[in-house]
Amino acid sequence: MDISPLPTLLALAWLLPLASFGLIVFVGPKMGRGGRGAGFLATGAILGSLALSLSALICWLVDHPLAASPGKHVEAVCGDWYTLAEFGWLRLTIGYYIDGLTVAMFCMVTLVASCIHVFSFGYMHEELHEVTDPLSRLANGEPLRRRGRFHRFYQYLSLFCFSMLGLVIAGNLLMVFVFWELVGICSYLLIGFYIERKSASNAANKAFIVNRVGDFGMIVGLMAIWAGMGTFSFGDYKDDGQLHPGIFNQVRPAEEVIELTAGRLGDRSGAEQATHVEHPPRVPDGMVLLAARDQVTEIMVAAEERERHGERYAVCWAWNWTVGCEKLERWRAEGYGYWLLMVAGLGIFCGCVGKSAQFPLHVWLPDAMEGPTPVSALIHAATMVAAGVYLVGRFYPVFTPEVLLVIAYVGCATLFIAATIAVTATDVKRVLAYSTVSQLGYMMLALGLGGWLAGMFHLFTHAFFKSLLFLCSGSVIHACGTNEMPLMGGLRKKMPWTAATMLIGCLAISGAGVPLLVGLSGYYSKDYIIAQALSFKLLNAPHAWLFWAAVFGAGLTAFYMFRLWYLTFAGPPRDHHVHQHAHESPWSMVVPLVILAVFSAVAGGNLWLGGRPFGLEPLLEQARPAGIEDGASAGWGSTVVTHPPEHRFFEEADEAIHVPATFWAFGAALGGFLLATAFYGLRALDPEDARRQFPAIHRFLVRKWYFDELYAAVWVRPTLRLAGWVAWLDRRGIDGVVDGAARTAAAVARLDDWIDRLLVDGLIERVSRWIHALGLRLRTVETGNLRQYVMLIAVGTVAMFLVASLYWNWTG
Amino acid sequence: MNLLTQPVGPAHYLVVGAILFVCGVVAMTIKRNAIGVLMGIELVLNGANLNFVAFGSPTLGAGGPSFAGCPGSLGLDGQWIAIFVIVLAAAEAAVALAIALCFFRNYSTVDVDRGDQLHG
Repeated sequence: MDISPLPTLLALAWLLPLASFGLIVFVGPKMGRGGRGAGFLATGAILGSLALSLSALICWLVDHPLAASPGKHVEAVCGDWYTLAEFGWLRLTIGYYIDGLTVAMFCMVTLVASCIHVFSFGYMHEELHEVTDPLSRLANGEPLRRRGRFHRFYQYLSLFCFSMLGLVIAGNLLMVFVFWELVGICSYLLIGFYIERKSASNAANKAFIVNRVGDFGMIVGLMAIWAGMGTFSFGDYKDDGQLHPGIFNQVRPAEEVIELTAGRLGDRSGAEQATHVEHPPRVPDGMVLLAARDQVTEIMVAAEERERHGERYAVCWAWNWTVGCEKLERWRAEGYGYWLLMVAGLGIFCGCVGKSAQFPLHVWLPDAMEGPTPVSALIHAATMVAAGVYLVGRFYPVFTPEVLLVIAYVGCATLFIAATIAVTATDVKRVLAYSTVSQLGYMMLALGLGGWLAGMFHLFTHAFFKSLLFLCSGSVIHACGTNEMPLMGGLRKKMPWTAATMLIGCLAISGAGVPLLVGLSGYYSKDYIIAQALSFKLLNAPHAWLFWAAVFGAGLTAFYMFRLWYLTFAGPPRDHHVHQHAHESPWSMVVPLVILAVFSAVAGGNLWLGGRPFGLEPLLEQARPAGIEDGASAGWGSTVVTHPPEHRFFEEADEAIHVPATFWAFGAALGGFLLATAFYGLRALDPEDARRQFPAIHRFLVRKWYFDELYAAVWVRPTLRLAGWVAWLDRRGIDGVVDGAARTAAAVARLDDWIDRLLVDGLIERVSRWIHALGLRLRTVETGNLRQYVMLIAVGTVAMFLVASLYWNWTG
Repeated sequence: MNLLTQPVGPAHYLVVGAILFVCGVVAMTIKRNAIGVLMGIELVLNGANLNFVAFGSPTLGAGGPSFAGCPGSLGLDGQWIAIFVIVLAAAEAAVALAIALCFFRNYSTVDVDRGDQLHG
């Protein structure tokens, strides 16, 4: 494995955008007219990354051919590039952890990002010249005029891609955290791209601050892991032949299980022994010892006492046998340390809640629409929000069943709330934003119900069709100059390409397909999720409404997506001016749409080549973390929750689950589609009637469940009031003390000054004035007359002799 | 005691030296011409020289201590000092004449009364 070219290929793919970012930082504005060259550079870099990622995918597939049935767990390629610091056996490194998921993420991120880079050439062309921004007014009411920021846009895009790829390739949690934050700051920079608009800077702040809340939980989780497991590394690390197990190996260590397949009855010789490796979940030793530290201390103190009284090796013995082995197992069985594992899992999930905009922290994502539309596509499809789901998937072995249930419920609440809000939104980008939140809820729900593959699969298919939908909406906005759907309508004739590709996106996200035969990408992934929810429902009756919410959400998805499409492209034009202004976008915007539409259509299916499947699903199946295939169960009190094992689509044995699930999903989507057609396509029903019928519900949904108001009342306004009080205290209290001290000092200084002036200066000035006056008198003696001097010398000499002769004592 | 009736001894030399000295001082005091002042200085120096030579002469038999008996002494101390003074006078004359020339160049005159820029 050491000679695998994968780490090098992916590292290059990862670092190319960084190089582009660095170059644009320093010479960006000088690259071509208005920084056009920066766009070419960034696009070239991401295309290079795409090529490298694809070659890495080929390398991976050569080494690990895809299998039709779930084979055995494929070991990840992991290792370290550079060791940052070493504290005994605690190591901080820059490393990689590469498996099928990593490779697939690399391809997906670079592909979507490439499309977005190309699309932005058309969309952001205004930034090449001086820009007049009608949405940000100066104090005198005139629109702001500023320099174009084309190069800066691409600079941020490059940094964003670099951060996301770093997060994907990261081999340990430290790197994950670093790139996690880098992704956060990039989204902050891009959401606030039109920084002069008050709404944009507010939205950027909101995104950043809400993410901080989630990251706080993540830091708690990191602390639990660092303290309990003593490592941040995902994979194992070998040092002088000694194995330091990574996180995954500590939580789910490999155990050889001997199976006895019975031969004929009573004939023991016919029995065959077969061994296979299992990965049962286990609380890591470090966490057990951490939780039972009081007992450990007690045992060790007692052993030291015995050693002091002459018993040899008592401490060593106590450690090796009591703590290291027997007691440890007993404590583990008693459940010591389990809560630490839960804290770790919940903490990490908390970070994912912030980043992936899950239920309590979902409020930032719709506001993030303030950024340019390609950025929205990038955030919603490939980078920012995908990061949270990716981390949940990557970190899956650590989550205990209780944590998984929490994840499921959070995902369920998210998908339901967001889908209902999307139904009433009129801003085309906001519909898509809430749709993203809802689909992310689907992913979390699937992951929480034990459907690792379902969640990851949906992450990928969603990335394709959501980036497609956003770029389509970008194309529409570019053509119309407005976000409001009520002003659009009838654009199908004007923008045939956009309309067609967007229709494919809508069909894909709704999960359209021929049941049980073939469908667009969303059909497969959504089907997986519903099937997982259904099998979960069969095992856990009390949690049945997780399934119903998923089905209802599927119906809502189809409804609001087709509502969007009908309002935008079908029917008569509602605003003549907008309609006249509209035009099909340039090729640089249409080509990415077509590419993404193709992927949205086919990404879910499998290509069968010589009896081997070729597609996303078996690739992801390879990356499934060890030890989660068979489901798990856990109980507390009288409640028991059992996670079912996951069902594979092309396995005949699972028809009992998949057939009803497919029909549920398809029926719900069809219902939503028909309802949308009735309301907005055929206009057989009037949406106004529905609005009048349920005014309370409508207002509730238009105000987005009053989440913003609630948070404003519970968090923002109290915080602001507290800040006001603190400011007042600061100004009156602390400033008062400081000002008082300063005033006292000033008074003392003034007294000092008076003394100085009057006494010290007075004395010195008086003396100096005397000396000055004396000097003035004496200067008249110096006449400068040579003859006079000689005369004085002579006279003086004579006088001295006279005096001397008068007083000289001659008698001596 | 009348000097005119005495045989020539140191006292006569001292009188001549004193006259020379006083003449020199008077010349320095009253002459406005720088050259005249220099001449006065020469007179002063030579007046003093006369005293040295008179006191140093073994033939004049001046009273007072003689250095002739001192070890390493040639008994020519007065003469030596006189020669030194002459050398000194020569050097001084060179410098002083240079100063006078510069003075003339600046003031187009050698009247020392004009050189009173540094008066208080």
